Amino acid sequence: MNLSLSITKNIHDWLFNMMPETAASLVEMTIIALVYLAVFAVTGLFLVLLERKVAAWFQLRLGPNRVGYHGIFQTIADALKLVSKELTGTVNADKFLYNLAPYFVIITALMALAVLPFSAEFQAFDINIGIFFLIAISSIGVIGILLAGWSSNNKYALIGAMRSGVQTISYELSVGLSLLTVIMITGTLQLSEIVEVQRNGWLIVQGHIPAIFAFMIYMIAGTAETNRAPFDLVEAESELGAGFHTEYSGMKFAYFFLAEFINMFLIASIATTIFFGAWLSPFGITESLPWLGVFWFLGKTLVLVFLMMWFRWTFPRLRIDQLLTLEWKYLLPLNLMNIVLMAIIVWLNLTIQF
Amino acid sequence: MSYFSDIYNGIKTLLTGMSVTGKYFLHSQKGAITQQYPDNRETLKMFDRFRGEVVMPHDENNEHRCTGCQKCELACPNGTIEIIWDRQVDPETGKKKKMIEKHIYHLGMCTMCGLCIEACPTDAIKWAQNFENSVYDRTTLTRVLNKPGSKLMPGVED
Amino acid sequence: METSTVNNNFKSDEYFINMGPQHPATHGVLRLLLTIDGETIKKVEPDLGYIHRSIEKMCERDSYQQIVHLTDRMDYLSSNINNEAVCLAVENALQIEVPDRVKVIRTIIGELTRIASHNLWWGVMGMDVGALTTYFYAFRDREMINDIFEETCGARLTMNYNIPGGLMFDIHPNFIKRVKEFITHFKTKLPEYDTLLTNNVIFQKRMRGVGILSKEDAISYGASGPVGRGSGYSCDVRKTNPYSALDKVTFNEALRTEGDSFARYEVRIQEMWESISIVEQLIDNIPEGDYKVETNAVIKLPKGEFYQKVETARGEFGVYIISTGTKNPYRLKFRSPGFSNLSLLNHIAVGGKIGDLVASMATLDLVIPDIDR
Repeated sequence: MNLSLSITKNIHDWLFNMMPETAASLVEMTIIALVYLAVFAVTGLFLVLLERKVAAWFQLRLGPNRVGYHGIFQTIADALKLVSKELTGTVNADKFLYNLAPYFVIITALMALAVLPFSAEFQAFDINIGIFFLIAISSIGVIGILLAGWSSNNKYALIGAMRSGVQTISYELSVGLSLLTVIMITGTLQLSEIVEVQRNGWLIVQGHIPAIFAFMIYMIAGTAETNRAPFDLVEAESELGAGFHTEYSGMKFAYFFLAEFINMFLIASIATTIFFGAWLSPFGITESLPWLGVFWFLGKTLVLVFLMMWFRWTFPRLRIDQLLTLEWKYLLPLNLMNIVLMAIIVWLNLTIQF
Repeated sequence: MSYFSDIYNGIKTLLTGMSVTGKYFLHSQKGAITQQYPDNRETLKMFDRFRGEVVMPHDENNEHRCTGCQKCELACPNGTIEIIWDRQVDPETGKKKKMIEKHIYHLGMCTMCGLCIEACPTDAIKWAQNFENSVYDRTTLTRVLNKPGSKLMPGVED
Repeated sequence: METSTVNNNFKSDEYFINMGPQHPATHGVLRLLLTIDGETIKKVEPDLGYIHRSIEKMCERDSYQQIVHLTDRMDYLSSNINNEAVCLAVENALQIEVPDRVKVIRTIIGELTRIASHNLWWGVMGMDVGALTTYFYAFRDREMINDIFEETCGARLTMNYNIPGGLMFDIHPNFIKRVKEFITHFKTKLPEYDTLLTNNVIFQKRMRGVGILSKEDAISYGASGPVGRGSGYSCDVRKTNPYSALDKVTFNEALRTEGDSFARYEVRIQEMWESISIVEQLIDNIPEGDYKVETNAVIKLPKGEFYQKVETARGEFGVYIISTGTKNPYRLKFRSPGFSNLSLLNHIAVGGKIGDLVASMATLDLVIPDIDR
């Protein structure tokens, strides 16, 4: 929107006039970081409430509806409760690693939020290896979970962390390969270029059959990446306590909890960007109002987030060996076959263009 | 080839399962079975035979129907009922008769089995329908069922 | 007990875990000591006694009418059938014949209790394997049964409606109408349960071939109820020793031969269908008559030993009374189905994974107060 472009340009010019160059860049970066922290916090709050309300409607009951109108301020009440809790650390825990582990997951989630194209001008960090950067960042999140499990000095936490590590590492392959399938049409890894290619029709329409398969595989693998049901063996409440975050309480637990929801939002937004044309409207109906792009992006992302919640509340859980069988014997061969199919289609120019 | 048919059948069962929960999601406003409890106290009505608490009904002259026969005390499995009685001179006939002074009922120990109400020969006690019985002080759960100053309704012993 | 289990399990390379008394998956206060090797289980030892309330000792000082309300609280999910067992034992010992109306009503309420118990089992089974919405759907249907009971008996769970000699009071006039409404509603819901959970490919992969129990093992461990019938052991007390009005109805016994968790699951689903058909056969023809036979106020059984067994939702429940002619029993023993079913847990869980242990324990359908009495 021209208004936002002029705001950012004005702030940029004012800062660079006021102080020497390095100081101005530092201040600018801090402001952007604060804006994204605010986005992160608000998204987290909203998603937690959405999950509770959607779960309640699936289960024939009303969700939280006492705090605020239809429960809008419920998450703020939860956050206040978590902040005021006592941070119990175990005596034999490795203090440094125990305190460090939540920050890994939060920092990787924030870093990945920075590259998403919310709108034509609203993208913080547009590097030419966009997709590659996203996949690499999500791999770092595993370290946080493993550290949390190990440093808690607790048998249950250790079992949970080991299971989670195996699961995440296996499913990253499927995520990467299914994204690669669709990148073959665009020919570039940079996220804004990918969105530009989709002006001729969303990528899920352009690469018809293999793109639909790639989307299905991506949703399954993405749900497994974020440790959500039906792949939530890590936090299986009925099996072994609470998994790798058993020993965390108060704000540190809130970090893990929020990071899970932000990861879910990330998986959904990456799918929106790659498959569904991030901020483009279908058939270009609102091209004249470019500031509607943010709402299109959020709308499409929320539909995919709702799909992931629907999976959670319907399906039972998979056992750990069934999880790994699913990945290595079913998803990976299907992915490879799909890549070959997509390569043939691109080579023969059989993609649907508008 | 059964590899692909397995995958296809599996996905089909998953999608039909999702349709069941999806249907309930769409009808959620009508189908929600939650009763918003503290707000609906005026319209909440329990069934007639609901076992809430044992009470002794008194009529408008402050009279009850308990003769002090102690059958409820014998029928109770865990000593929830204690009857304090005395042989006193009945003012009307002039003979010594068993009269009840206090009918003590420990609500905290009662298991709501209903044997006392079945055993009573004069229908002196019956079920009330209140269920919000929590108190801050446990000694208030020891209730005395006959009101002070009440006496036996005439004509009950026949 | 404490030192011996710790020393036996604590070898150098074994990993010892406590699924402690407070746990979301153990349906009550049960402590399981597991020895695992990686993800595979090597030994399971249950540790009971956390909810022992000495019910059998209390029965020695109570009169026979007062014993009935204690049996409500043992297996609280099939409380009516437990009450029926004690009343039948006393009535057979005194050789009094209850009217037909009483028999038919006892059977109808018993079968409704069985449907309610299996409904709750289904909901909790889904929750244990991870599908969290099944719990709410099951409770929605169970609420209708609870309303039927509340209108007639006055209480929803611990009903205490049977007394030796008949029923405490007659059924409510709305009883028949409500039961018919419930049957019509529930018949549309059971196929939905199938679509949501039974046919689901993830659920089948978790249950088929898991926790296998052969027929010989089932007989030698004394398994009864759906656990035994899932392995092919035909042990339904309603067929072998019919009581109340069960000899007047026709129904099939649910039997499967595979012996794995999915077979036990299917047996219980089929039992729900059979219970619906029993209630349908009886609900329209409740004979008129008295609702009880007058007994003495103080019941004294003749000298001797008496045993009565019934089929609760968990299996064969037995009441064994030794009487010396006084108004309290000399000794009363309950044969609880959960105790024998729990003893098989070590046999079926060894060699599997922890997730399989949770799934198998959910199909055993244990209620811990029934085991600990």
